[in-house]
Amino acid sequence: MSAPTDRRYSQTHEWCKLEGEQAVMGLTQFAVDQLTDITFIELPAVGAKVKAGQPMGLVESVKAANDLYSPISGEVVGTNAAAVETPSLLNSDPYKAGWLVRIKPSQKAELDSLLDAAAYDKLCEQ
Amino acid sequence: MVVKTTVPNLFERSCPGANSGAFTAAPAGPAPAELLGKDADLLSDVPPPLPDLGELEVVRHYTHLARRNYSIDGEFYPLGSCTMKYNPRINEWAAAREELANLHPLAPPAAAQGALRLMYELRCYLQEISGLAEVSLVPAAGAHGELTALKTIVGYYRARGEKRTQVLTPDSSHGTNPASCTVCGRSALPVKSRPDGTIDLDDLAAKVTAETAALMITNPNTLGLFEKNIQAAAKILHDHSAQLYLDGANMNAILGIARPGDFGADAMHFNLHKTFSTPHGGGGPGAGPVAVAAHLAPFLPVPQVVEKDGRYALDFDRPHSVGMMRSFAGQFGVLVRAWCYIRALGPAGLKRASETAVLNANYLAAALRELLPLPYDSGCMHEFVLSAQRHGASDRGLAGKIAKRLLDYGMHAPTVYFPLIVPEALMIEPTETESLATLDEFIAAMRAILQELQADPTALDHAPHHLPVARVDEVAAARNPVLKWTD
Amino acid sequence: MDYVQITDTQRRQMLSAIGASGIEDLLAGVPAGIRLGRPLALPPPLSEQELRDELLARAGGCAGGLITFAGAGAYDHYVPAVVDALASRGEFLTAYTPYQAEASQGTLQAIFEFQTLICRLTGLDVANASMYEAASALAEAVLMLAEGGRRRIILCEPLHPHYRKTVATYLVDLPLELVIVPHAGGAADLAAAKKAINADTAAIVVQSPNFLGVIDRGVAELAAIAHEAGAGLVHVFDPISLALLKKPGELGSDVAVGEGQPLGNPLSFGGPYLGLMAARENLMRRMPGRLVGRTADADGRTAYCLTLQTREQHIRRARATSNICTNEGLIALRAAIYMAAMGTAGLRAAATVSMQRAHELARRIGTLKGYELPFADRPFFREFVIRCRTASPEAIVQAGLEKGLLAGVPLGSFDEKLADCLLVACTEKRTPGDVEALVGLLASLG
Repeated sequence: MSAPTDRRYSQTHEWCKLEGEQAVMGLTQFAVDQLTDITFIELPAVGAKVKAGQPMGLVESVKAANDLYSPISGEVVGTNAAAVETPSLLNSDPYKAGWLVRIKPSQKAELDSLLDAAAYDKLCEQ
Repeated sequence: MVVKTTVPNLFERSCPGANSGAFTAAPAGPAPAELLGKDADLLSDVPPPLPDLGELEVVRHYTHLARRNYSIDGEFYPLGSCTMKYNPRINEWAAAREELANLHPLAPPAAAQGALRLMYELRCYLQEISGLAEVSLVPAAGAHGELTALKTIVGYYRARGEKRTQVLTPDSSHGTNPASCTVCGRSALPVKSRPDGTIDLDDLAAKVTAETAALMITNPNTLGLFEKNIQAAAKILHDHSAQLYLDGANMNAILGIARPGDFGADAMHFNLHKTFSTPHGGGGPGAGPVAVAAHLAPFLPVPQVVEKDGRYALDFDRPHSVGMMRSFAGQFGVLVRAWCYIRALGPAGLKRASETAVLNANYLAAALRELLPLPYDSGCMHEFVLSAQRHGASDRGLAGKIAKRLLDYGMHAPTVYFPLIVPEALMIEPTETESLATLDEFIAAMRAILQELQADPTALDHAPHHLPVARVDEVAAARNPVLKWTD
Repeated sequence: MDYVQITDTQRRQMLSAIGASGIEDLLAGVPAGIRLGRPLALPPPLSEQELRDELLARAGGCAGGLITFAGAGAYDHYVPAVVDALASRGEFLTAYTPYQAEASQGTLQAIFEFQTLICRLTGLDVANASMYEAASALAEAVLMLAEGGRRRIILCEPLHPHYRKTVATYLVDLPLELVIVPHAGGAADLAAAKKAINADTAAIVVQSPNFLGVIDRGVAELAAIAHEAGAGLVHVFDPISLALLKKPGELGSDVAVGEGQPLGNPLSFGGPYLGLMAARENLMRRMPGRLVGRTADADGRTAYCLTLQTREQHIRRARATSNICTNEGLIALRAAIYMAAMGTAGLRAAATVSMQRAHELARRIGTLKGYELPFADRPFFREFVIRCRTASPEAIVQAGLEKGLLAGVPLGSFDEKLADCLLVACTEKRTPGDVEALVGLLASLG
């Protein structure tokens, strides 16, 4: 299974996609498959400042609890209330309906240092 | 006998007025409001809404619930790392003696000599079994023992003007080890295992620094392997004035065979509810006595049970002690049971128990390795870890399915998905008290289950089929937590 | 005596199946240099009958059958026979932690009901499956509230000294600050607590009824003080008292912690006891210890399982905020059976009779020469302090033992200022005759 080529990826299995002046992020299919059925999501508050590579939230399944790392630095401008309400959205549609956080990047260039889809697929194969 | 598929809860069963309340003679004197006078506003207008049930209804309820449990008394219970051995009934009788059960924890020593003597004797027995200088009976459970020992170690360093902020834990360690470090304000740093499952001394040597307080190690480790380089590991630590801490969860393998104090441990905890046969009670109570070498002894918690000229007492006056870790002196009722167990078996019996635990585990391992991979294969002690990952990713979840199917065969499941370094782990610990017939039944059940799987790869997907409930939906429980009954 | 069933013949058969020549082969992994080359220096094995005699010799070394007026966190309430009978069933006694839900529905439903009972008793939203005992439970409650990043913890005296000391031991290695507010005449000093609180305060702790037996009038106000500063209030409660008194939830407490021993458990020289913990809904995901949730099985039937386990050490490892694993399952079961058997009316009867006896005892002692009640102006439940003007508290206890009475707990070892004080408690087990006996003893020593 290949990751969508329209976005970038972190080593910690988050995806990040630029939409105009904002970046949208979520968890990759690989990550949600590893976690299995996701039961709980905790996201940062709108207005919070986040830093690339730093934890900003929590994603839990029955048997695992993983930090959610921000792929990019900036300010949180939106979060996916539907995913918080119905965590199974992450399992069913991680790249679209299961998006998590919308960030206004402070340094868009950070996006370029993330992995592209091919490099990320390689990471997952290891 | 029909085991009911659902048992209404206490509150559903409640019927106003059904409880005749015959346990206490009806209060004859002044009402609480009268006794409190001007302070009667402290009373609640709403008494706690407990269920209203006649005694027979209560007995039936808990009898129905009891029938819905697997237990050592009823089933083989090879839960790895938990040492589910037989719990002798004489020990229950002992703990219930009126003179012990009704003894108040703050009774003066003159009224408690027998209890204090028993505690002191148990302290001495555990010192001898551990090969260490002094034992504290205070801790309430294994994890509480870990925290108590870490506090003791940190107290020792504090007295030397050192902080020592790091504790090393092997990647195969129990989850309580790193958690205890955090609760003690220390950071846990994992140490790698070698391909043979024992600790990687090179990685250990690379990670020990002047900031290392201790290495917490389980020996035999969670793979059931004796850490053959334990003395070398101790030397690496001691060269940096760091402590070797032994998680005693697996002491059932080495009673009378090897002593932690003799192989370099500076501190350890026992799990009396594992090694010394005190019942687990569906999750406790346990007891986690801590044993330490002489240099750490002054820092153990208070109170300490002591003897002087044949008189026994609780000593609270230990100036270097880390302080109290709980109220009163310890899990006395649990200590009584462990004392009984050690006295019944004596030195030869304890050794025979460990040897037989090792024999039973090896017997199962020899048969079961024909059925499933045994990734760490260098000779197990009292337990071993199979991997249900035979064919890579397609076996994902198989350990859990085998576990559920075993329940249908009238046996409890092994520990699954631990240790983390074995994929699809099935951790099996039969203990010494099982008969050969039971061990053979377990082997036969495992064989039958794998044959079912061979015939139909989906055969185990919906197990168990013969228990009071089918597969329980843990995902729904976590997504929508319902933690109490609401009318 | 041991409990091994493998015969010598079977042992040989098993060794041969393994391909080993002897047990020694199986132990080859234990290096020779560290093997214990001698038997353990322990007393010789005993038959069950001999063990019985040895144990009875220890039991005989204790003063059995004492009529106890000692309390101080451990109370001699009546335990209905049904509690022992049901809790000693092997299916409860010899089961492990209910990790395999389908094979543990009995334990799981019992814990779910226990959680519900504790919520109803405390008037709070969520209760866990138990902690070890009250002191460590209090320490864990404080750590739970400090998880938000605030560092100051305020303990209001009079708090059970063992609880205070345990909290201090837990906090000493952490970047937290403990502030102890001395009491004002037997109750929490609200003005001092208000002074001590700041924006960095995580929790205020108050006990009521407190260590000196006083029902503290200030709990609700302390809750308000805590909340105003954004902190939480931890209420250390006595479960029997809640049959009558306002519940922690009614008083605005955020967390309630208590010693569950009085709910159907023997004194047993201090343990195993039962740490009770309940909290408001917003703390659910920060609670330490196990939680049981109600769910359904694959066929839609009601079923129970351990839940929200991601809070716990076996998943969160170093990031867990509590290391608790084994708890007090069987003691919690006993407490649940006790509450089910007693019901609201039974619990109120036990609490009321305890209170009547204690108040009668206090009234009588108040008339004796040589004694006074230093906190007589404060409301109390079933325990109170006596100041002894002539005989020392220790001498009174000693003299009581000779008459089969445990007269109370001398307070000198806890607080030098109370060196002439005796803490006495009554339960419903104390008859008017017992009360008479203690009054007689005190009168003879006054």
